[in-house]
Amino acid sequence: MFEDFLFRAFISGIGLAIIAGPLGCFIIWRRLSYFGDTLSHSALLGVVIGYALNINMILSVFIISGLISLSLLFLQKRTILPNDALLGLLAHSVLAIGLVTLGLLSFIRIDLMGLLFGDILAVNFKDILIVWIGGAIVLFFLIMIWRPLFAGTVNLELAKAEGMKPELANVIFTLLIAAVIAISIKIVGILLITGLLIIPASASRNLSSTPIQMAVIASVVGVVSVIFGLYSSITWNTPTGPSILSMALVIFLASLFPWKKLLIFKKQIKLFDK
Amino acid sequence: MKNSLIELNNCGVFRNDKWLVRGISLKVFKGQIVTLIGPNGSGKSTTAKIALGILKPDEGTNFIQEGIKISYVPQKISIDWSLPLRVIDFMNLIEKNNINNIIETLSITGIGHLLYQDVRNLSGGEFQRLLMARALIKKPDFLVLDEPVQGVDYPGEIALYKTIQEIVKNIKCGILLISHNLHVVMSQTDHVVCLNGHVCCSGAPKSIIKEPEYIKLFGESLDPTLAFYEHEHDHKHLPDGSIDNSH
Repeated sequence: MFEDFLFRAFISGIGLAIIAGPLGCFIIWRRLSYFGDTLSHSALLGVVIGYALNINMILSVFIISGLISLSLLFLQKRTILPNDALLGLLAHSVLAIGLVTLGLLSFIRIDLMGLLFGDILAVNFKDILIVWIGGAIVLFFLIMIWRPLFAGTVNLELAKAEGMKPELANVIFTLLIAAVIAISIKIVGILLITGLLIIPASASRNLSSTPIQMAVIASVVGVVSVIFGLYSSITWNTPTGPSILSMALVIFLASLFPWKKLLIFKKQIKLFDK
Repeated sequence: MKNSLIELNNCGVFRNDKWLVRGISLKVFKGQIVTLIGPNGSGKSTTAKIALGILKPDEGTNFIQEGIKISYVPQKISIDWSLPLRVIDFMNLIEKNNINNIIETLSITGIGHLLYQDVRNLSGGEFQRLLMARALIKKPDFLVLDEPVQGVDYPGEIALYKTIQEIVKNIKCGILLISHNLHVVMSQTDHVVCLNGHVCCSGAPKSIIKEPEYIKLFGESLDPTLAFYEHEHDHKHLPDGSIDNSH
């Protein structure tokens, strides 16, 4: 079964979509939509360092993204600049450093297209293990910090006053995003990972009325997007990563239809019949 | 010896090139209601945040008794529109509670019927009642109420203050209350601290309304049949609340 490249693509994509759902919700709730972009911009530096030092690329990307996340938290405390300015500042300076480093190390040849857009059809068995084991670890930590992270998202001071540790939860949360970006590079690439985090969660917001509902539906939307995106990419020979995101966008557009109102309306009609 | 739940010792907070508050000392004991009063910008909320451990004092020390349950009703909370949050989810924010317990507590503050409403559909007063219910459900040892009844209708306000008093009696918690309702402050409080960037004066309500400091800040026109907090000054204030040393 695992010999089939298509099967491997489905399994790895589904794994990634499941973990991207709840993380994407927190990214939207905390207004960190550009955070994914910032981290993926920093991934180039991670890849270059990985090549230069001959260490595992996922590890080097995780370390660099992790450092960038921590510097964001540091800057948030030290400056009065708003989040979006800090994220832009970090994104472009780290991208610049990555390109400069790449220029200095002229012996490195990087598959830039692969890095930008990923190649889900080229994943091997090891990649699947990384996605599922890594994803399980990320999910485990997310569940562990769910309550303080969520309470801190609703109101930081309230959570702090009542004895939770929302700031520690924030640090762990940003490291989890760094981890997801690192494990997803090969599959959707650095340009599209933010989309996989945000579009399913956005679609889910329109369909849900509780936080946990929104996290679960975001995962489901992601999985459906992966399945239909992959399928359509093979049918019409379109690039895979972008096909997955296009499918997520279609679901988002469908989510704009007032389904909830329709449901309430139906209930009222039933009551009327009685 | 009676142990205080929290104790501030000469605390000051310095932010953006300015002392927000300075020289704040106060204690809250079990079963006691301590009220902070003072004009806008006098550092009432800042003092409450020091007492809660949200703000670390830049000078002085704050002590919070270990292992006590703390509840906080902040002055203002805005819920982001992207968050789908119902009343029941908000009640379970810090810890999961039994559903019957939630309904009962919500009924005490008068919003039992709103259990499954989206929080953003609540009116200002309803939301305030929700904040109060959430703070009460865990039966705190120390409760901080930062203008807990703002936006609540008049009968509701009286009822909520009655509820607060009953709770102090029942669960013997210490309360730090910030209120503009001087009637409540004077008639239902054990100890009043009058702030204006520093502690102007403090004491029992009856003794403090006689202090000239208090009269200068709040006037003498209060109905004398109410239990007043009286207030005395030995110094003058500049408009920013600092002490005028020129005389």
